Amino acid sequence: MSVAENQAAAGRGSARAVAILSSLGRFLVIAVTTYLGLLAVTFFIGRVIPIDPVLAVLGDRAPTAVVERTRREMGLDLPWIEQFYLYVKAALRGDFGTSVLTTNPVMSDIRRVFPATIELATLGTIIGAVIGVPLGVLAAVKRGSLIDQVARIVGLIGYSVPIFWLGLLGLVLFYAKLQWIAFPARLDVVYEYTFTPITGFYLLDAAIQGQWDVFYDAWRHIVLPAALLGYLSLAYISRMIRSFMLNELAQEYIVAARAKGLSERRIIWGHALRNAAVPMVTVIALSYANLLEGSVLTETVFSWPGIGLYITNSLQNADMNAVLGGTIAIGSVFIAINLFSDLLYRLLDPRTKTG
Amino acid sequence: MSDTLLEVDDLRVTFPTRTGLVQAVRGVSFSLRRERLGIVGESGSGKSQTGRAIMGVTPPQAEVSAKKLAFDGMDLLSMSPRERRALRGSRIAMILQDPKYSLDPVMTIGRQIVETLRTHEKVSKAEARERALAMLQAVQIRDPARVFDLYPHEVSGGMGQRAMIAMMLVTGPELMIADEPTSALDVTVQLDVLKILDKLVAERGMGLIFISHDLRLVSSFCDRVVVMYAGKVVEQIKASELRDAQHPYTRGLLNCMPRIGFERHPLPVLDRKPEWAA
Amino acid sequence: MTASVVLSRREWLLSDRPASRLQARLGRAYVAWRRFSANRLALVGMLIIVALLVVAAFADVLAPYSPTVGDLKNARLLPPGAAHWFGTDDLGRDIYSRVVYGARWTLYVVILVAIIAAPIGLLVGTIAGYAGGWTDTILMRITDIFLAFPKLVLALAFVAALGPGIENAVLAIAITSWPPYARIARAETLTVRNSDYIKAVQLMGASPFRIVLRHIMPLCISSLIIRVTLDMAGIILTAAGLGFLGLGAQPPLPEWGAMIASGRRFILDQWWVAAAPGAAILIVSLGFNLLGDGLRDALDPRSGDQ
Ligand SMILES: Nc1ncnc2c1ncn2[C@@H]1O[C@H](COP(=O)(O)OP(=O)(O)OP(=O)(O)O)[C@@H](O)[C@H]1O
Ligand SMILES: [Mg+2]
Repeated sequence: MSVAENQAAAGRGSARAVAILSSLGRFLVIAVTTYLGLLAVTFFIGRVIPIDPVLAVLGDRAPTAVVERTRREMGLDLPWIEQFYLYVKAALRGDFGTSVLTTNPVMSDIRRVFPATIELATLGTIIGAVIGVPLGVLAAVKRGSLIDQVARIVGLIGYSVPIFWLGLLGLVLFYAKLQWIAFPARLDVVYEYTFTPITGFYLLDAAIQGQWDVFYDAWRHIVLPAALLGYLSLAYISRMIRSFMLNELAQEYIVAARAKGLSERRIIWGHALRNAAVPMVTVIALSYANLLEGSVLTETVFSWPGIGLYITNSLQNADMNAVLGGTIAIGSVFIAINLFSDLLYRLLDPRTKTG
Repeated sequence: MSDTLLEVDDLRVTFPTRTGLVQAVRGVSFSLRRERLGIVGESGSGKSQTGRAIMGVTPPQAEVSAKKLAFDGMDLLSMSPRERRALRGSRIAMILQDPKYSLDPVMTIGRQIVETLRTHEKVSKAEARERALAMLQAVQIRDPARVFDLYPHEVSGGMGQRAMIAMMLVTGPELMIADEPTSALDVTVQLDVLKILDKLVAERGMGLIFISHDLRLVSSFCDRVVVMYAGKVVEQIKASELRDAQHPYTRGLLNCMPRIGFERHPLPVLDRKPEWAA
Repeated sequence: MTASVVLSRREWLLSDRPASRLQARLGRAYVAWRRFSANRLALVGMLIIVALLVVAAFADVLAPYSPTVGDLKNARLLPPGAAHWFGTDDLGRDIYSRVVYGARWTLYVVILVAIIAAPIGLLVGTIAGYAGGWTDTILMRITDIFLAFPKLVLALAFVAALGPGIENAVLAIAITSWPPYARIARAETLTVRNSDYIKAVQLMGASPFRIVLRHIMPLCISSLIIRVTLDMAGIILTAAGLGFLGLGAQPPLPEWGAMIASGRRFILDQWWVAAAPGAAILIVSLGFNLLGDGLRDALDPRSGDQ
């Protein structure tokens, strides 16, 4: 064993910490520029494209005095670059203007509706990962078998189906015909007034307060939209996991594991999947981000009072501040998820050395 | 009979491919006592597939057949997969070519050694650790406790291959198949690793199948040599008598080896005749 | 006699020593085609897309009724039957005829988006890859920023500003879908940039503009085509989503997404109004996905499945 090797290994712990910190810094820079890019695009959409941004924000029924005041507030007489500076400053304070439709600040609206979306997307991702990962692993292990074919077809349809249409058909079958689930909303009207949420995640809140009747009701409302989003995420996750696993199973260390006399079970779940877990984290995070986006259409179908429904309602009423605020909100979560999954990737993979 | 460790008679390995069946191994026969047997041959001659078929780690799509494939008097091919697996890693072990790819990259070296041990023997965690450390010592790793917690990418190729040997020998197997254990290593450490392997095999009285394409290495390291060509054995010979080999292919391999002090023009070309493979 | 002719033609195509550039090219295409046609699902995908083209081309012949004018008095919300295969909608229009005409709008969207987005991506990617340095850094940073955005939401915001309509929907989708093409084009450019072949062209004094246009862009085309085909399904789904939200095609255009939106009001009692257009979207997206997979496996054996 060489001296150099000794030293290299001795400095291993701290070197790795430094590497992770420096990549954290790099990722933060990327996240910040991406966020600025997002603001630039929404600025462009809100201020540059419309012929009169004030009308775009206020609608054409606003009184002249209000129009004039807003025009000054938005700084429309200033040069573009200064306007953008003010815009970024406001956005960093969480000020996205006021919604014409709800007359509230957009930020407080978003805070109110976001938990509903998070609850839906989280449940969807859990469903997708819990079914999608084993399905992808089995499809890879039993490649070409019936289960592989089924997984492939299920995945392809998930990639090809319009989710809002599947949601409508689901309502016809499970709500109208079979009556297994509740009507499109988040809770029955009875509970809307008696139930006081704490975190905004109704399933969780009901469980904390021990109100199991509310829990059951919330479950009957969320199960179909969550299952649909879960299906989308399952299609994506299982397909990616299959290809990761095929890649891992072809490696030499799998032959070595067999030569050690390990059981197939241990080889697949303990070695191959453990290696595939590194890219898998990214895939699950991306799938979560995709579901946030998928929620726009799903929430519309299921009258689910989340950010997606908020955006589409605002669209229908030409409420530009709300639309762009919602866009920025979803975009920010996207960026955060990307940042988070990059970091997790680095933590999980022992080979990570330098950025 | 009792001192025959392994008996191979008419071993065949066939791969189905898009263009039809490919016979990688076509009727290989030899037997092995507690001795060192070398298998040599050019690339693609079926050396690795022979080793893997004995080990029972042939890819699932391939077909393995033999008139006889017996380890210590037990028929390997008629065993249940479970019995076969119990032999692997405990009584028969295998070292692969490149430690960079044959060690699990996301598991520490120590855990990989302990895993072999605990798969085959009921030992406590602490005892398994002790034995793994002792094994690392036995392959002449000077600071076993430190290496135990390293990941494969954190050690050099030479040390990785020693860890691989430790991982495979920790259970005290009786037969070791080493598939080009040094070809991926730096020339400077090749000899170290070979010496360690040689010493352990001698000390423990193991049988060894040493696969290589380096005829000189094999002749100095092994007692007997099997020469393969196109999936067949063309010659079996004592290592000491290699110079008097009869078969033209073996002679060709010998002639291709460079010798210091001999000017050779033109460079010899390995002769291949289809009838040797027939 | 014929057998031997066929055989020799095959041999000519598969020859190791093609005598002309044409022969080499045809030979390569033939090998790719054999790989492609061995994949049954890919053939199904191609069949679906061919059917889509045929339906769009012959919509006038295939549709028994007008797609926009219905029989309000006698034919409102009829269930599927002999006269109206897929039933009729709330304005008494024949849904089958509307679905048939809808094929045209689907093709319109898909082709326009491809025509706009692919060249943008190609241009950005090849310039970034060929120029390198700061140009590369900045262009790729912008590309990454766009890649990190939620596509559908961004398209929504664009349409909100531009105003609803199918042209604006196309524009919004195109704006959000060029970045992957830029990535691909850049990667391809980097692999050939330092090749002897490009060096030789440089020595001959060709301008960078000419090199990129005549020598690098053509090399990016095949991987770009695969990627665009794989993206088609996504484009169709996004367009349908915009239509469903009332931001894409406007009534009375028989666009499938908008048709589902108009069927939504009757979904619990007259499910068929929304069922047929949704099924059409599913089948066509499936076709593009299957075709794209098949093309990828045939033209790029490295990523192949078999
Ligand atoms: N998975 C496979 N599918 C089809 N053919 C295979 C497969 N694996 C090996 N072969 C064939 O088996 C033959 C023997 O391979 P093997 O790996 O045993 O050669 P080798 O003698 O070990 O060569 P090398 O010195 O290069 O390691 C090769 O010619 C190869 O074509
Ligand atoms: Mg080999």
